[in-house]
Amino acid sequence: MRAELDQPEGHIVSETETIMSDTGRSSMLRARGLRKEYGKEAGLVRAVDAVDLDVAPGETVAVMGPSGCGKSTLLHLLGGLDRPSAGELHLAGQRIDQMGEKALARLRRDAIGFVFQAFHLMDELTAVENVELPALLAGNSTRAARRRAAGLLERVGLADRARFLPSALSGGQRQRVAIARALANEPLVVLADEPTGNLDSEATLEVLRLFESLHEAGQTLVIVTHDSRIAATADRLISMRDGALVDETRLAGGTTGHLSSLAGLDA
Amino acid sequence: MQQEVVLALLAKEPSHGYQLRARLQQALGPLGDAMNAGQIYVTLARLEKSGLVTAEHSAGLPDRPDRKMYALTAAGQQRVAGWLTEVSWPRPDLAEFHLKLVAAAAARLADPIAIVDAQRRELLRRLRDAQRAAMAEPDRSDAGLLLEGIVLRLQADLTWLEACERNWTSRKGTS
Repeated sequence: MRAELDQPEGHIVSETETIMSDTGRSSMLRARGLRKEYGKEAGLVRAVDAVDLDVAPGETVAVMGPSGCGKSTLLHLLGGLDRPSAGELHLAGQRIDQMGEKALARLRRDAIGFVFQAFHLMDELTAVENVELPALLAGNSTRAARRRAAGLLERVGLADRARFLPSALSGGQRQRVAIARALANEPLVVLADEPTGNLDSEATLEVLRLFESLHEAGQTLVIVTHDSRIAATADRLISMRDGALVDETRLAGGTTGHLSSLAGLDA
Repeated sequence: MQQEVVLALLAKEPSHGYQLRARLQQALGPLGDAMNAGQIYVTLARLEKSGLVTAEHSAGLPDRPDRKMYALTAAGQQRVAGWLTEVSWPRPDLAEFHLKLVAAAAARLADPIAIVDAQRRELLRRLRDAQRAAMAEPDRSDAGLLLEGIVLRLQADLTWLEACERNWTSRKGTS
């Protein structure tokens, strides 16, 4: 493992190219045999157990499963917030599971957008300050970061709330600010962990519409959720149990005929 | 088409057939697309026969069902009033699915969890359709409210499927 970590970059690139040519198309995210274990011997817990996953560019994937099935742990592994015990992880063709801490931190900041259940906004900063923070940390000028943040708030429909503190915003508005922040550095992929877990049904709808518009704009999205409404917006739904992926569904569109009968409009 | 629905559409004022159709389209939005255009006229003809509506041929207009002027009779008005106060609600058929799971498990014919998964896939596809249709509606549209009802019912069914899954998973573990 150590030896591989110290390989020059050129080697890693060529290895990735081989993997990509295996399937003939490139994945935005690719996991192979991804594993996360806690404890040891009798107390060993496999939170994520040999997961293989490919997420295509522009695809929205929802991961559902009972509490404790390992879906949040999987998301943390995919986003480099946590290190796998075994397996490989590639982002846009680059192997990331063996990256050094500094490189990984940079990758998280520049290439991955995170959205959390509890929003995780900075309470003492205004909406626009929260959104511009990642761009500032990435070394952009104050002016460029502010311009980008203003544009993103516009995109999530909160241009008129730019100077509000999070405490003055509703739950749905806070989550939309958090989503704008996740987009600050034009990430390759947005990872969302129960994004509507703290929201009422109206606010859920706001977030839903926003995810739909991101999807239409070609953003790659992975959403871990309990909420069937959010899951139903995905192109592909993955069910997880006991750390493993057990079922995969493509949610292709049906007909309004179905809907009419659901409304009691049988001819 | 249920007779009372057509009667109630007429309660506002005497109307031409095409106006009734427009009201129905407005209320149902995309859900009305699947409806047969002739259905409402079949219903109107029946209502006329049973004396609940009158149909008058308007002067200067072609003698076609969509150009006739329809109006409620006193009996028709009474029927509408009775229908509005009637409490009815469609019964969801949960027992059949439940018994499918019970039978599959008892006879070891199929894995109940697999049946739940298949059902969930189907409901999620419908939820996706309903949700997309709902989001395409302008705010506070009549059709949007109906679609919201479909979305909420599907969510309730999906929540029940989660309970089914938990229950059958734990049974499998103990048996």
